[in-house]
Amino acid sequence: MSLMKRISLIFRSKANKALDRAEDPRETLDYSYQRQLDLLSKVRRGVADVATSRKRVELQVTQLEQSAAKLQGQAEKSLQMGREDLAREALTRKSALATQITDLKTQHAQLQGEEEKLTLAQQRLQAKVESFRTRKETIKATYTAAEAQTRINEAMSGIGEEMGDVGLAIQRAEDKTAQMQARAGAIDELIASGALDDASAINSGDDITRELEAMSSQADVEAELARLKGLSAPEAPEAIEAAPEPGEILADEPEKQETASDAGKDGQA
Amino acid sequence: MIIRILTEGQYDVADEALARLNQLDVTLEAAVEAGDEAAFASALAELLGGVRTVGVAHPADSLDESDLILPPADATLEQVRQMLTEGGLIPG
Repeated sequence: MSLMKRISLIFRSKANKALDRAEDPRETLDYSYQRQLDLLSKVRRGVADVATSRKRVELQVTQLEQSAAKLQGQAEKSLQMGREDLAREALTRKSALATQITDLKTQHAQLQGEEEKLTLAQQRLQAKVESFRTRKETIKATYTAAEAQTRINEAMSGIGEEMGDVGLAIQRAEDKTAQMQARAGAIDELIASGALDDASAINSGDDITRELEAMSSQADVEAELARLKGLSAPEAPEAIEAAPEPGEILADEPEKQETASDAGKDGQA
Repeated sequence: MIIRILTEGQYDVADEALARLNQLDVTLEAAVEAGDEAAFASALAELLGGVRTVGVAHPADSLDESDLILPPADATLEQVRQMLTEGGLIPG
């Protein structure tokens, strides 16, 4: 049991050293309780920080997936227009995005794991702090200072170990979050610059979209023309049938104008 | 016996299960001494897995000290070495 025992002894001695001791043993209880509450709010902030990072990664995955879908669409359109070279370029860019997306999803899973771990640590600490508070009040109310010392040592040892552990959990979560934020920051910059979001945005990247747009605008014009030609014949009879109505409206117009001018004259007089 | 896996919490482990855990502990220690990363990772995973399997979660509101404390599941060999040399295990 040597390795486990060695780690246990070292951990415990450090946890005990980290505890505040006051001259009046009952004050020790209050000091310790205050530090437990501080740690509890620290672990709550830790949970919130990890959740923020997780959401950021989620957002990035969504953005990159949209970019990938866009490139997929460009590849399909390129092929329809017989431009295999453009389709190949779009798919190459899409596969680069796929690597990023896979990495981000791994990070997301890790952050989720940290978040769950910290949430559980928070629940355990919360339960222990509540226990400690009850015991602290009992000790302060019931025991003399001398008697209290023993009871306090009992109460402190367990909570000290838990505090050391929760502190360690927070530190590890912070380390992981910091690593991921550096990476997430780099991806945000790429997305902001348009390099990932839109393959058309950066210098050489212009080609796929520009060529597709040029080709599709030509194709669109032809299609629109064809449609108009096709529709012009059937539309004509409708226009003739409808003709009397505009005529009636026009016939009414002069009367209105006269009334208006009459009213104008009355107004002037 | 109460065993704590750091960053995970405490488990109650029956004494009968300790023999097997001791074996895993010896393997883990040998891997740390040898600086063998792969052996370390598998021995740690097996040891922690063993504790989780045979152990029952110790009540969260108890203020009991653990009899044994184990490194976190994601600890590296280097981090465990640091723990053994009293180097910065507990923050603050």
